[in-house]
Amino acid sequence: MANRERPLSPHLQVYRWQITMTMSILHRATGIALVVGAFALAWWLLAVAAGGEAYASAAACLASPLGKIVLFGFSLSLVYHLLNGIRHLLWDAGWGFEIPEVYRSGYTVFGLTVVLTALIWFFALRGGA
Amino acid sequence: MNDPQNVVKDFRTPIGRARGLGSAKSGTGHFWWQRVTAVVLALLVPWLVGTLVSFIGADLGTVQATLARPYNAIGMAAFAVALFWHAKLGIQVVIEDYVHTRAWEVILQFLLTFACALGALASLYAIARIAFLA
Repeated sequence: MANRERPLSPHLQVYRWQITMTMSILHRATGIALVVGAFALAWWLLAVAAGGEAYASAAACLASPLGKIVLFGFSLSLVYHLLNGIRHLLWDAGWGFEIPEVYRSGYTVFGLTVVLTALIWFFALRGGA
Repeated sequence: MNDPQNVVKDFRTPIGRARGLGSAKSGTGHFWWQRVTAVVLALLVPWLVGTLVSFIGADLGTVQATLARPYNAIGMAAFAVALFWHAKLGIQVVIEDYVHTRAWEVILQFLLTFACALGALASLYAIARIAFLA
């Protein structure tokens, strides 16, 4: 680097806050969280296959307060990443590129994330726990 | 091709143009498979969430018997493969974006590939064991 003083892109802090940047960051953050969730799913499948004490301790772990909080985080991340992923796929198909549409789809994703996550936990808490 | 204007616009060799892989040597492969796995996962997530929620309060025997049903076992296997593939493609880009030391980047990309392959294989092993032995 010849000139270390030159400004480097992206200077996130100089931009006015926009919903689009938040959703983009959240898409990556939830994606990273869901990779942890993927390994948790593999761990749970192995516990189901092993049965006996392995399953009992896995089930107890998931049913504990900390387990429930982590599962809530996974479910929230999954719903958000799924809905925003569909938004990305629609962009890939060439739909919804106008700025008002981008904002509208963004708020729709936020709203539906809350509704669907609440719905999952309504059925989850009604079913057992 | 014989149009001189066309030659000026495109500096690629004919073989390079035919392969269509560009300077990154992988063409649109990453983009395309990320979308294919995304569509598979989007279709399977409602089924997965519904199945997992139905397991709340169920005993081990019920969980095993449900997962052992052919459509559930095949669905879970497809989900696991698409999930770890999609995870590998996503985290690969995160590493490319944030890890600027070449040696660390290569090491992390190796570990990522191994970990995701292991996750998928472990899931398939578990599903097979539930389906055939449980």
